[in-house]
Amino acid sequence: MAPAALLKDLDYSVLQQCMHCGMCLPTCPTYVETKLERNSPRGRISLLRAVADGELEVSRALSDEMYYCLGCLACQTACPAGVKYAELFETARAEVELAGVNDGMQRGFWRWLTLNVIFMKPWLLRLIGRVLWLYQTTKLDVLMRKMRFFGLMPRSLAALEPQTPRVAEKFSNELISPVESPKQKREYRVALLTGCVQDLAFSNINRDTADLLLANGCEVVTLPSQHCCGSLHAHNGELELARELARRQIDSLDLDSLDAIITNAGGCGSHLKAYGHLLHDDPFYAAKAKVWDEKVKDIHEWLVQIRFRKPTSGAGVSEVTYHESCHLCHGQKVVSQPRQVLASIPGLVVKELPESNWCCGSAGIYNITQPEQSQKLLQRKLANLEQTKSPLVATSNPGCHLQLANGLKACSGHSCHEVTQPVTLLARAYRAEPN
Amino acid sequence: MNTSDASFIESLKEALEPERVLTSDEDLVPYGFDGTAALKQRPGAVVFPLTTLEVAACVKLARDRSIPVVTRGSGTGLSGGSVPLAGCLVICLVKMDKLVELDEKNLTLRAQSGVITKEIDDACAKVGLFYPPDPGSMKISTIGGNVAENSGGLRGLKYGVTRDYVMGMEVVLPDGSQTFLGNKCVKDVAGYSMKDLFIGSEGTLGIITEVILKVLPRPKARKTMLALYDSMEKAAETISAIIAAKIIPCTLEFLDRMTVQCVEDYAKIGLPTDVEALVLMETDGHPAVVEEEAAQMMALARANGARDVRAAADENEGAKLAAARRNAFSALARIRPTTILEDVTVPRSELARMVSFIDGVAKRHRLLIGTFGHLGDGNLHPTFLTNERDQEEMHRIETALEEIVEETIRVGGTVTGEHGVGLAKKGFLKRQLGEGSYELMRSIKQALDPQGLLNPGKIFDLRN
Repeated sequence: MAPAALLKDLDYSVLQQCMHCGMCLPTCPTYVETKLERNSPRGRISLLRAVADGELEVSRALSDEMYYCLGCLACQTACPAGVKYAELFETARAEVELAGVNDGMQRGFWRWLTLNVIFMKPWLLRLIGRVLWLYQTTKLDVLMRKMRFFGLMPRSLAALEPQTPRVAEKFSNELISPVESPKQKREYRVALLTGCVQDLAFSNINRDTADLLLANGCEVVTLPSQHCCGSLHAHNGELELARELARRQIDSLDLDSLDAIITNAGGCGSHLKAYGHLLHDDPFYAAKAKVWDEKVKDIHEWLVQIRFRKPTSGAGVSEVTYHESCHLCHGQKVVSQPRQVLASIPGLVVKELPESNWCCGSAGIYNITQPEQSQKLLQRKLANLEQTKSPLVATSNPGCHLQLANGLKACSGHSCHEVTQPVTLLARAYRAEPN
Repeated sequence: MNTSDASFIESLKEALEPERVLTSDEDLVPYGFDGTAALKQRPGAVVFPLTTLEVAACVKLARDRSIPVVTRGSGTGLSGGSVPLAGCLVICLVKMDKLVELDEKNLTLRAQSGVITKEIDDACAKVGLFYPPDPGSMKISTIGGNVAENSGGLRGLKYGVTRDYVMGMEVVLPDGSQTFLGNKCVKDVAGYSMKDLFIGSEGTLGIITEVILKVLPRPKARKTMLALYDSMEKAAETISAIIAAKIIPCTLEFLDRMTVQCVEDYAKIGLPTDVEALVLMETDGHPAVVEEEAAQMMALARANGARDVRAAADENEGAKLAAARRNAFSALARIRPTTILEDVTVPRSELARMVSFIDGVAKRHRLLIGTFGHLGDGNLHPTFLTNERDQEEMHRIETALEEIVEETIRVGGTVTGEHGVGLAKKGFLKRQLGEGSYELMRSIKQALDPQGLLNPGKIFDLRN
């Protein structure tokens, strides 16, 4: 029998807090798809509780269930009892990895390569990014596709190859200086976290974020080389690696000298604000992690908190709709702020997206691990987008951004033909102002 | 005798499709409970029929082997009505989710049992119609479950409960036969009103697979008000005065002091935490009448000693005022690991006294009890905040509940206003009903389900 250490060691009240009222069911994308209790938050919690009580073994079926869960945290928004599902979800995934019920050579290799190697070394990640950029700019990818080179790869991976993000020409460190000061009086000093995917594929969004901060009296500290925040690891059952990355993040900044630590990716932000819990047992870091959590702010949250200046010019677009990143709205409860940022732009009509906080299926690496369910959610999202007839959709997480862009590219004749981010639109509006 | 019989599982898979028959541990554990605290049993199998015919086939197969059957919708019940028996067959109706017909000429709606309650009202709203019953779980509860439990909601005083909207139903009886009870006629006195026997029968007499519901024109306007009081008696007097003034509000909800404090701690909506009662009032109907009634209600609240009265200017503000009531349960549920939601109901005139009685019980037994509920219909929800692993405290809760029930019955109330008897209130039923009424109920069960096949042991035991 597989050892069931983590769930049994977990503070039992976290499991017990679920009163199985069922209010999470209608907000859970996997339950709504199958209508099976095991695919719902309360069903999963009952399985975890059965494991903790010694009534159920950690099995392959349990592992499959925990990886079928998107981790979108919509259930946390719906839960009347305040169940900490994120904590249960991460512990459960760590438990199934520890039990080794899911082992396979290929899966093990890919997990090791991404989690233990690539995402632990920022220089390596950038090197890979640079190679990928060369490969894309030389159109070698098109050639390879023509040659059907990817036929050699496992079919599931080959199908995803065209979805590889387009790597940016310049990474964040080439666009943002280590310290940039506002033209007017400095009122705040903040650090900017540039992320991993954001840094490789959307470094321009990091630049936009820095510009918004500068325009609102913030001195911006941006470390040229930054570690992964560890959310990828925590969400995939590698809590020890996640802890290591959290410690490195905390060590990288002088917390006392900063008013805030700014993140602009919903998925990262949600995890960055949970270091306190992640390191609560660590005698050296527990206190620092608490301070860290308090200083981490999503860019929209921070802008609204410091009463950002409304732009006097427009952003060159007249209509936008807003798709919420799950970990921004459900994970961080940042709901109205991105909308306030959009609404501040003169001449821009913000149309509400039906089911705006329903997962788009990107969910970290869910689109790679569960392509079928991911596609269903993407199609649902595209249908809702079509209802708004808006030509432009804004979101604020690189995963959602890529998922929507890929979905729209594959869907000819869709009313919406561009994906952007609220920070980009606001930065554009500021830039359009007469000096 | 239970479902571990392999040939039984095989026959279920033949009758349905294999993927609609669940038997693995990982599939069954999540069907071991409903929304009721501290009740758990593992069923032997769970099946998902799509049609009445399939339900009937499953019932026949179970009957042939004397395997008990428990019907389930979304499993949100609060009295243990759909908690399975160990090794039983669970028939889950959530995949019977077709809204069959919305008949605007006859103002009726026909739906399969698995349709979500809110979806029924949403479908009505699209054409200016209204399905009033709004149980707290309406976003996920199924209409079949609502009918089987005769669910209530916040609008009881003006609009009644689920029973008042059921015109007909398709039922599978314990012998596996199908029958249709009722019709679309407003007037119908052809024999016993058989449908009424099945409303609130908690799955013990038959399996309701489809229903015909009455719907109403949607009220054109609604006004929300909030009043704060220094005593529960004054709040209750306001309600009596409103009703004496010939106004029937659609909502009259209250929170007691403890609940208001918890709401403020949790939601920070700026409520004073030293009030004894917070009352949410709503009136709906024709815009002109609504305006007039709202003004009158506010004046009556002030005249009866309300400390503060506010009215919402529009729908948006209304939602803000309603936030206190909406957050009541969430605010309480967060405080301790186990939340036990009670449901005693007393005649409206006894409500204020009952709230203070419960307060005394909480103090005497050193328990955390927040009470909120429906002022208009006397339905109280004393909510026990506890930890089911603390045996000693659970024992004190038992004693406290016993005292509350005793008092409820003494003042002519009922042990359950809207949650049902199920397992949770089974022990109190005879005391409330008296011998005659209790035996009559059992004789009906005996006549319809002599084998004790459907949801045995719920409401009462067939044999002593």
